[in-house]
Amino acid sequence: MTDDNQKPKQKGFGFETRMIHAGTQPEPVTGARQTPIFQNTSYVFHDADHAASLFNLQTFGFIYSRLTNPTVSALEERIASLEGGRGATCCASGHAAQLMTFFSFMEPGDEFIASTKLYGGSITQFGKTFKKFDWHGRFVDVDDPATVRAALTPNCKAIFVESLANPGGVVSDLEALAEIAHEAGILLIVDNTMATPFLCRPFEWGADLVVHSTTKFLSGNGTSMGGCVVDSGRFDWAQNDKYAGLTEPEPAYHGISFYETFGDLAFTNYAHAVSLRDLGPTMAPMNAFLTLLGTETLALRLERHCANAETVAAFLAEHELVDWVSFAGLPGNPYHDLAKKYLGGRFGSVFTFGVKGGYEMGMKVVESCELLSHLANIGDSRSLVLHPASTTHRQLTDEQRAAAGAGDEVVRISVGLETAEDIIADLDQALRRAAGTVSKAAE
Amino acid sequence: MPESLNPESLNPESPNPEPLVYDDRKIRSILGDVRTIAMVGASPTWNRPSYFAMKYMQAKGYRVIPVNPRAAGQDILGERVYATLADAPHRIDMVQIFRNSDAAGPITDEALAVAEEKGIRVLWMQLGVRNDAAAARAEAAGLDVVMDRCPKIEFGRLNSELSWGGFNSGVITSKRARLRFG
Repeated sequence: MTDDNQKPKQKGFGFETRMIHAGTQPEPVTGARQTPIFQNTSYVFHDADHAASLFNLQTFGFIYSRLTNPTVSALEERIASLEGGRGATCCASGHAAQLMTFFSFMEPGDEFIASTKLYGGSITQFGKTFKKFDWHGRFVDVDDPATVRAALTPNCKAIFVESLANPGGVVSDLEALAEIAHEAGILLIVDNTMATPFLCRPFEWGADLVVHSTTKFLSGNGTSMGGCVVDSGRFDWAQNDKYAGLTEPEPAYHGISFYETFGDLAFTNYAHAVSLRDLGPTMAPMNAFLTLLGTETLALRLERHCANAETVAAFLAEHELVDWVSFAGLPGNPYHDLAKKYLGGRFGSVFTFGVKGGYEMGMKVVESCELLSHLANIGDSRSLVLHPASTTHRQLTDEQRAAAGAGDEVVRISVGLETAEDIIADLDQALRRAAGTVSKAAE
Repeated sequence: MPESLNPESLNPESPNPEPLVYDDRKIRSILGDVRTIAMVGASPTWNRPSYFAMKYMQAKGYRVIPVNPRAAGQDILGERVYATLADAPHRIDMVQIFRNSDAAGPITDEALAVAEEKGIRVLWMQLGVRNDAAAARAEAAGLDVVMDRCPKIEFGRLNSELSWGGFNSGVITSKRARLRFG
């Protein structure tokens, strides 16, 4: 044993290195350099004792792909590395990630605080579907710390926000929210889908869990559904009696306490061994593979996405048929300073703008696009447009729509990687054509 | 809260110590070098964390000698339990402390008292266990010391097995791993 090992020499690798290498060492049996797609359901045990050790969670290894799969594990480690977390659990979609996250600690009657400015699909999941489990999302304006503090109740177990909100270009004050959550001994959970870990790493600001729809920028090509929950490994689950699922004996695993047995691995182990096992929303290995490919170019793509978005937003802000643009990159935007603090000088590529002419004009603009695709997704290499009021936010009340930044006149754009001038030209013709159509119909 | 995870118990002299950082090469070197581990605080109860760790390390080819006065004379996973390190009639490469941070002090002294006789070269305190004063005594006596780490997790982390569970191993390499059959 030599003493030259006493001082740590291994420096952490950079973001771009980790987005290509984290989680994907050469496959040891064959030497395959790219991660193989393990398209199999189950794994052979050495013997009965090995099987028992696996089922008892006494050793690492694979049992059944509903819980873990090598291709999915590679993606999990990569996302955990990019976020700076301890571990990650991938699943079938961002919605599944949210369900699994809350399932790990919510009991009937429990509450959590959620931002009014969340993605509409999250508002519906939290406000309607979660009620069937007797879990209660309380929506508050998280821009005001006093409002958040006032909404805390004894049964409240978490604060849930988006780092950069979809669709409105809204940025959450993560550091302030982490302080409020931790004073109350509860979790700060951050949906980091829109920002991606390239722009924002919520754990650096105190978040405890991060969720993703990997369907968006992480996969990046509109090919693969997926979700992920990442654990910082820092939350003390035993500081109060709110998180019994992780601290109390788990009957389905012979009475082990996950937190006592696994320490900072507890949440990620629970998410696989209990949540994926019993809820079942497994990520397909093929989707994990395609998402791994996407993450290899995350930084390069995001740089161009963000640069194009700034160009397009500046164009729209000057357009005669556009009333307003909600893009945190524009000077004067109320979230500009928060964006500079949390997003490292970039502002994402999904934002909204308000067209002159309301609901009808909003619909016509998206229908008139010929290069931009009219569909319900974001974070694709292609530019995408949508009229939230008639689609993604349709389930919401008028008040909820307005609070979420998805009023009648609002058009959402996810700026892609095409030539910026071509995106601008298509938007310009669509706006002019829509304005013509609207005035013609009014005649 | 498990006692071992209470930050207050990590180090009585400094309630909020900086997290320890160990070079992966040091951990690899220790785990590649030692063969016999005396596990102080090994539990005969099959669903306790120490039992999990002992079973795993045995499967990886280590001999684990359990030390626990309350279970002395019993067998755990096929190995006789001894009341003290001195009682164990074996060469011991590494002492693993599966007790809380306060208990780590006297156990360290017990290990140092028999270090030469048993061949003890490494003192390893379990994840959540840290006693800087005890570590300093052991290092002064020429032992390698690791604190606040689990040998099972470190073995798994450095051999890709932790990654199977979706964990961030921190290992980045273009080298193809040599297969080890456990």
